[in-house]
Amino acid sequence: MLKDITIGQFFPGDSAVHRLDPRVKIVLTIAFIVLLFLAEGPVSYALVLAFLAIIIGISRISPKLVVRGLKPILFIIVFTAVLNLFYTPGEYIWQWGFLHISREGIRTAIFMVVRLMLLIIATSMLTYTTSPIQLTDGLERLLSPLKKLHAPVHELSMMMSIALRFIPTLIEETEKIISAQKARGADFESGSLVQRAKAMIPILVPLFISAFRRADELATAMECRLYRGDVGRTRMKQLKITRVDICAILICAALFAAILVLRRYGL
Amino acid sequence: MSEIIKTENLQYAYPVEEGQLAIPVLKGVTLSVGRGEFVAVLGHNGSGKSTLAGCFNAIRLPTGGVCYVDMMDTRDENNTYEVRKTVSMVFQNPDNQLVATVVEEDVAFALENMGVPPQEIRKRVDEALKAVGMYEYRAQAPHRLSGGQKQRVAIAGVIAMMPRCVVLDEPTAMLDPQGRREVMAVVRELNRKFGITVILITHHMDEAVQAGRVVVMHQGNVLMDGTPREIFTQVDTLRAASLTVPQTIEVLYDLDRQDGESLPIDALSVDECADILEKYLQ
Repeated sequence: MLKDITIGQFFPGDSAVHRLDPRVKIVLTIAFIVLLFLAEGPVSYALVLAFLAIIIGISRISPKLVVRGLKPILFIIVFTAVLNLFYTPGEYIWQWGFLHISREGIRTAIFMVVRLMLLIIATSMLTYTTSPIQLTDGLERLLSPLKKLHAPVHELSMMMSIALRFIPTLIEETEKIISAQKARGADFESGSLVQRAKAMIPILVPLFISAFRRADELATAMECRLYRGDVGRTRMKQLKITRVDICAILICAALFAAILVLRRYGL
Repeated sequence: MSEIIKTENLQYAYPVEEGQLAIPVLKGVTLSVGRGEFVAVLGHNGSGKSTLAGCFNAIRLPTGGVCYVDMMDTRDENNTYEVRKTVSMVFQNPDNQLVATVVEEDVAFALENMGVPPQEIRKRVDEALKAVGMYEYRAQAPHRLSGGQKQRVAIAGVIAMMPRCVVLDEPTAMLDPQGRREVMAVVRELNRKFGITVILITHHMDEAVQAGRVVVMHQGNVLMDGTPREIFTQVDTLRAASLTVPQTIEVLYDLDRQDGESLPIDALSVDECADILEKYLQ
């Protein structure tokens, strides 16, 4: 079950999407999210959907993986859909007690679901096609003006990249602990919610202890490899804006304009 | 001075809470390692061999005595950076020493910290990855590699730094036999091809045999120091320090004692052992 978690995973590749400058990718992803909330009509959504599909196509990431990334937030999607479905005022087409479904409710629910799904897909496309180091590197450089205000930008991006590095390691470890506890007769599947939550304690305690031990060893290893924070650091991979990046920016600008025009006409 | 590492009456005790007696781990180790040597440090659990390794890299500062790395006193904080540039370290658990999420970026980590220019980093990273035979995995995520491969990536990170000395703290302890062979081949290469001084902390006899010099630690002191042949023929002393001897020697030694035949017992490789046994059986 833990293997299903794919958010924050990187799939190496050599497509145009992979080669984009991480700074450009981050900014464009943010722009895309804004765009999602500006889009109102079905035509706009179709356009955004097609755009995302093309990006997935170019990146050669299997669509199955993209869909699997949605699983962990399935509950949130359903929850939002239900809330919007029953609580949007408007022209009622069905009513029972305090529950009612309006025409507007159906419309908002569908749009909200599509919006949420596109949001998750777009952000996971960012992490699928950008190595975490590039991602944090891009973030660090985007935020580097804040260093002048003594914001710990480098430290934060280092912490983020280490966290991402250890996600698969800790998942593997959790699975080992679960098997070990099951072999000793632990029961994680039956009982009430409270009982099941309590059953998690024998997993969490060893997991935390080992995570602390790992952190300690990693810190020593980093010191041995001459890590001194941001002092006099260089990077192997230099970030450069290329023609591909400029193309991507122009295409996104065009999409943005198109959505704004469509919004005008309520499409 | 030709020594790269020199300790004089080196002592170390782990810090404890107030009111408790400090437990000494190193009780006055005097040792010097020359440039270009390949030294294996053997010892039972708790013999202080890992602590000793930590002293060479200024991870642990001596609580008594001195440790010089390339004539620099490790106790002086101003030297720490240079000490770590001279002596780099590979640890036991490959998972806990890889920082980056992509193999080549991990190899570049130390060079980035050292402020090496980008083109130079690229060149050194590629060379280091080729040296350990991991070049085709350069764009992989470390968690997709086997233990032996991860450990070779860690060694590549060290090669790229071009230190004068590498200390490996039980680098094969968590690996399967296949991974152990891969890592040991790379370790030998470090010494022979790159001329780097190698200090290999281990409790595997068959790894120690491959070194040019063996130091045996016992209860915080150096018990024996010599060539593998000199050390491993002293079977009784080794057994007293709860260490096993290489199986090739064990067979010959036991045969020797049972039958009163005077067999040469200094067979370090399986072939040597087979030759001696063949003669014996005839």
